[in-house]
Amino acid sequence: MARNDLQGSLDLLVLKTLAQMGELHGYGIVGHIQRASEELLSVEEGSLYPALHRMEQSGWISSKWALTETNRKAKFYKLTPAGRKQLQIAEESFEQLVKGVRAILRYA
Amino acid sequence: MSLFRRISNLFFRSRIDQEIDQEITAHIEMRVEENLAAGMSSADARRDALFRFGNRTATKERVTSIDTALMLATIWSDLRYASRQLLKNPLFAGTAILVLGLGIGSSVTLFGFVDAALIRPLPYSRPSRLAAVFESNPIGPRFHLSYLDYLDYKKLNTVFSSLDAYKHDDVLLTTPRGLEQVRGSQVSDGFFRTLGVQPILGRNFAAGEDLPSAPRHVLLSYAAWQNRYGGSSNVLGQSVTLDGNPNTIIGVLPSSFHFAPTEPTEFWSTLHLSMAEDRGAHGLSGIARLKDGVAMNAAVANMTSIGEQLARQYPKEDTGRGSTIAPFGEVILGNMRTILLVLLGGASLLLLIACLNVGSLILVRSESRRREIAVRGALGASHLRLLRQFITEGFLLVSIGTVLGLGSALLAGQLLLRMIPVLVLDRMPYLREAGMNAHVIAFACTVAILALLLFSVLPAMRLYLSGKSLGMQAQLAEGGRGSAGTLWRRVGPTLVLVELATAMVLLTGAGLLGKSFYRLLHTDIGFRPEKLAALGVSASGMNYTTDAQNVVFGKSLVEQLKSLPGVEKVGICSQLPLGEGFGSAGVNIVGRPQSKTRYEENGRVVSSNYFATMGTRLLRGRFFTADDSASKPAVMIINQAFARKYFPDQDPLGQRIYNGDPTHAMEIVGIVEDLKEGPLDVETRPVMYSAFDQEPENWFYVVVRSTLPEQMLLPTLVAAIHQLDPNIATSDETSMSVRLHDSPAAYLHRSSAWLVGGFAAVALLLSVVGLYGVISYSVSRRTREIGVRMAVGAERASVYLLILKEAGKLTAIGILAGLICSVGAAILMRKLLFGTQAWDAATLAAVAVVLAVSAMLASYLPAHRAASVDPAHALRAE
Repeated sequence: MARNDLQGSLDLLVLKTLAQMGELHGYGIVGHIQRASEELLSVEEGSLYPALHRMEQSGWISSKWALTETNRKAKFYKLTPAGRKQLQIAEESFEQLVKGVRAILRYA
Repeated sequence: MSLFRRISNLFFRSRIDQEIDQEITAHIEMRVEENLAAGMSSADARRDALFRFGNRTATKERVTSIDTALMLATIWSDLRYASRQLLKNPLFAGTAILVLGLGIGSSVTLFGFVDAALIRPLPYSRPSRLAAVFESNPIGPRFHLSYLDYLDYKKLNTVFSSLDAYKHDDVLLTTPRGLEQVRGSQVSDGFFRTLGVQPILGRNFAAGEDLPSAPRHVLLSYAAWQNRYGGSSNVLGQSVTLDGNPNTIIGVLPSSFHFAPTEPTEFWSTLHLSMAEDRGAHGLSGIARLKDGVAMNAAVANMTSIGEQLARQYPKEDTGRGSTIAPFGEVILGNMRTILLVLLGGASLLLLIACLNVGSLILVRSESRRREIAVRGALGASHLRLLRQFITEGFLLVSIGTVLGLGSALLAGQLLLRMIPVLVLDRMPYLREAGMNAHVIAFACTVAILALLLFSVLPAMRLYLSGKSLGMQAQLAEGGRGSAGTLWRRVGPTLVLVELATAMVLLTGAGLLGKSFYRLLHTDIGFRPEKLAALGVSASGMNYTTDAQNVVFGKSLVEQLKSLPGVEKVGICSQLPLGEGFGSAGVNIVGRPQSKTRYEENGRVVSSNYFATMGTRLLRGRFFTADDSASKPAVMIINQAFARKYFPDQDPLGQRIYNGDPTHAMEIVGIVEDLKEGPLDVETRPVMYSAFDQEPENWFYVVVRSTLPEQMLLPTLVAAIHQLDPNIATSDETSMSVRLHDSPAAYLHRSSAWLVGGFAAVALLLSVVGLYGVISYSVSRRTREIGVRMAVGAERASVYLLILKEAGKLTAIGILAGLICSVGAAILMRKLLFGTQAWDAATLAAVAVVLAVSAMLASYLPAHRAASVDPAHALRAE
């Protein structure tokens, strides 16, 4: 239960985004999350970076500097094999959380 | 953790900060661009972007702290990787650490002594403002002051805030077990104030306490307080009997206090001299404190003019005399400064060779790790990352080597200190302070950082060059084999050249010092030191006051000792040979007009059988006999130096010499060979010997020639003397061989020769191993070429020649360069050489031969391997 907090959800969103999109910089990740959630989820953009760096330290994602389409230098992140495994775990635990919350809501 | 983070932040924070800043800026700029594209005004676009991003500073802080931890984790993993690499190759790691430890250990040990002697201040207040004051006389510049001259210098000078006098005279201490001769010094009232030393217990001497009427007070040295009074605090006010006089203890000196000219003094009392003293009686030394703002030169000028004034005023006593002023620190150091700097220089050269050796080891290893490095590079490791790996490995090696070096330096320092004879150490009490302290550790760290720099630059150069000369693919394919243009081929021989030249310098230094020491021990000392015991004797009291009593005292003492089993001959002298060379008397020759310049020479009083006991040869005339008594005409024996100086073309025998009064002239009856009265490394001066029975004393030295080992005989001698009278004090029991070998001159020459010799031996080994490494590597690289040569008919002999020629060229250049540096180094240390020139051809030639032969031996092995190459094998090999 302790791991199923909001931070855990942000990790899940980032990992999932990278799994779907391949290499992406922080700005791209923010944009993708907004578009894919049909503007329902909007993260405070700055709070993304501590999460990215922490996940890099955990070895889930790796980074390198490269040029964007508009020729701007940006740091690109991509999923590592360890990150892929973590994504699976996070997805499962999120399903558990949703199930649990829904069960409580339906309890009459 | 927070401290650790703060420290690491110092190094890494700025770079991490920059990167995070860039990342965040990129994000905001992209949002601004998109907003602009959506039609916002530029101000709105930026405001919206910043708003959406949230608190930029807080975000940056959080990211930074996460990344710093990441950086530390990388360093940790680098360290772990480096230790695994070193453990995988224990021979390399062990050798490198050992060699480094040796180099660092020896230089740190020597630095400890240099620090104690040259860097740390003497235990006085502002020691650099202290000046030693001597009176010069016709024999030399540094002789004793007379009391009246001292008073005049004190009164007339305008350059010193204070000038005080001291003398060092052993005293007879009354103990429950009888009389004991102990070290004592007598000082003028302001002596300790001039030095700026305060007793830790009790009080200092007060003004006026050095007057003849003043009560007798003593200060104890810290050691005397501990050893004789158990450090008890109620020692103040106790009475102690010195030379038969009761003295009151008024204070105890600090444990850090030492005073080299009079060490190891236990009892400090005041002088009790009066104006009735003889201006011609010299026995005092001076210590002065320069007034603020007065330079040493100005003091010299002022004191010199006072000296001239005194010579005019008192022509009888002070003609030919003057004053000598020198910084006190320099006076007590003597030539220790040169000796220590030469030794530290030697140790530093050894350290240089050690570092070059380890440097080339690292380089060779990085060559054989080309494939590993190429693989890591291919997997995405940047040059910077690879370099960091090399630096981490170097850091590990250097840290372990430094710890090893510091540890061994601690042990070696203690060991060396214990090996210094007490007599020598007493003259250099500051050396007792040698040991670990902040200075020494700072020195070790500096050395370690320099070594680390060397070990990082070499592999960095390699990476840079290999990146330029070869593509990664080529390196991957090539693997362990070297190729043309590798750094080792360029740098290796240069490193070996420097090592060979450095080894040559050290070997030459050792050779020259060794030769000096040999010369020193084989100087003609004018006596046979074997089986010759010596000790000091002093008697006081009613029975030893008149000349007649003392003649009887001397005679009965000699008879008493002669009757002992094993004793062959017994002699008496006023001072033992190999001493400081003090004690002088005026020289005037009857029949020659009194010259303007005043002549003074060393004077000694000896008994009739002294020269026979010493084994000193008579050259002309006769020895003293039992017949030369007070009632007979006064006689004198001179040494060769005296005969040469005063009677170059005249027969000295029958000439008559007087000191001051022509009616008391002594006739020269004999000439003896030059007996070494002064230090070993100083040429023997002219000496006049007079007969004990004509100038008797109640204190003197006894020399005993026997068939027994001296150490066995000495206790018997002391017992026999006490049997004669238990109140006769004995001192300085020694054998003349020990006195010869442990004399400061001999000791300093011996120990520097041994130390530099040790450095040179290690340097020779390391440089020859270095040469072996270079030649072996070259042979292994040229296996194919040699195979081809042999396949087309080259003889084995010509292969040997090929390899030995390569080694020979290196060695020849190394020796040549070493030769030039050696002469330079030898000139720097020529002050330490005795009877040996800095460009001593025999030593230089011998050293060159030793180095050449060792180098050829080291290259014979790889040459042999080359000549045994099977051509078919070699051609297929690659």
